[in-house]
Amino acid sequence: MECVFGLVGKGFAIVAADTSAVHSILLHKNNEDKIMVLDSHKLVAASGEPGDRVQFTEYVQKNVSLYKFRNGIPLTTAAAANFTRGELATALRKNPYSVNILMAGYDEESGASLYYIDYIATLHKVDKGAFGYGSYFSLSTMDRHYREDMSVEEAIELVDKCILEIRSRLVVAPPNFVIKIVDKDGARDYAWRQSVQDVTTAAV
Amino acid sequence: MSRRYDSRTTIFSPEGRLYQVEYAMEAIGNAGSAIGILSKDGVVLIGEKKVTSKLLQTSTSSEKMYKIDDHVACAVAGIMSDANILINTARVQAQRYTFMYQEPMPVEQLVQSLCDTKQGYTQFGGLRPFGVSFLFAGWDKNHAAAVGANNQAAQSLLKQDYKEDATREEAVELALKILSKTMDSTSLTSEKLELAEVFLTPSGTVKYHVHSPDSLTKLLLKHGVTQPAAESS
Repeated sequence: MECVFGLVGKGFAIVAADTSAVHSILLHKNNEDKIMVLDSHKLVAASGEPGDRVQFTEYVQKNVSLYKFRNGIPLTTAAAANFTRGELATALRKNPYSVNILMAGYDEESGASLYYIDYIATLHKVDKGAFGYGSYFSLSTMDRHYREDMSVEEAIELVDKCILEIRSRLVVAPPNFVIKIVDKDGARDYAWRQSVQDVTTAAV
Repeated sequence: MSRRYDSRTTIFSPEGRLYQVEYAMEAIGNAGSAIGILSKDGVVLIGEKKVTSKLLQTSTSSEKMYKIDDHVACAVAGIMSDANILINTARVQAQRYTFMYQEPMPVEQLVQSLCDTKQGYTQFGGLRPFGVSFLFAGWDKNHAAAVGANNQAAQSLLKQDYKEDATREEAVELALKILSKTMDSTSLTSEKLELAEVFLTPSGTVKYHVHSPDSLTKLLLKHGVTQPAAESS
């Protein structure tokens, strides 16, 4: 029931992910951040097997850092995406990672970009993408309303439309979402959309 | 004194020297020199050929210049068979990078990687070091790069006459003039040289262009570093 989606706007890319940590019928926590800041100008929104998700994204993050330290320059978003895909592909026929990834980044030369990488190492450069059951709703909504070169306000409006659609139509819809943005000023949190806060009982 | 410490590459002498490495550099010193000059719109590589026979098929074989990847070429000085191994290593490293990142490998990283390979032979394995020096010329996303060091004799001349914002043509002229001054022979002919340029075409692709013997002859005449063919009587 994990929902991850994202889109590219004018000079920026936005990704949104649900924040539920689920084990069978139990919700461990509802504020799990599934969007990792890969480096100063890259975001990785990941969904899938929780252990694999953390393990693989951290592995990619550390390798991206290593490249920067070794060579004095950061990887481009495209290079990082291709590297990630390669690692998934290598592991695929031995010990596959069950992780789906949307990688968003900003490069000075090529602007904002979004890459769709699924668990069997499919790689696509896209304007909008989504994973999970939520994708049935978010993709359709984005297909209807997406335009090229949207402003941040317009893009957030669209993201909120998608979240609304997921909340109202997906049977076990995640209650909370996190939205992150990446543009020339870097990768950072944009907002949280929380309909359910953590529950604490009052002392007796 | 050195005799006891020079038969193994992987040990230091008491003075802290690696004799095998120094001997390798001697071998390189005996080879034909190679010069690379960076101009603002490309890199010029020139090499002095030691194997000059009219019987050689110069169109297909090259002694000094090799293309490593679409955007990188190198000039070689030293033992040719050693060079071939390292050239292949460099080619594989460049392709491996492109396989991983789907982008051309930055020239400096390629050179670093090759240097790391060479270093391995001075620290473990018990094999002698490579008797080759390289000059790498290539194009990274934004600018041309020439990396490497070669031939003491030419360096002082280079320091004198090198201009940072020379054009490729001026760099070619400088390269020819320096080589003519450092070579043993009195006059340069196209058989004794290899000349290559690495530059960006107007369409944005990187071109590695090796001059044909005719083109070389024309250039040599143009810059006055060769004597015209003697008239037959």
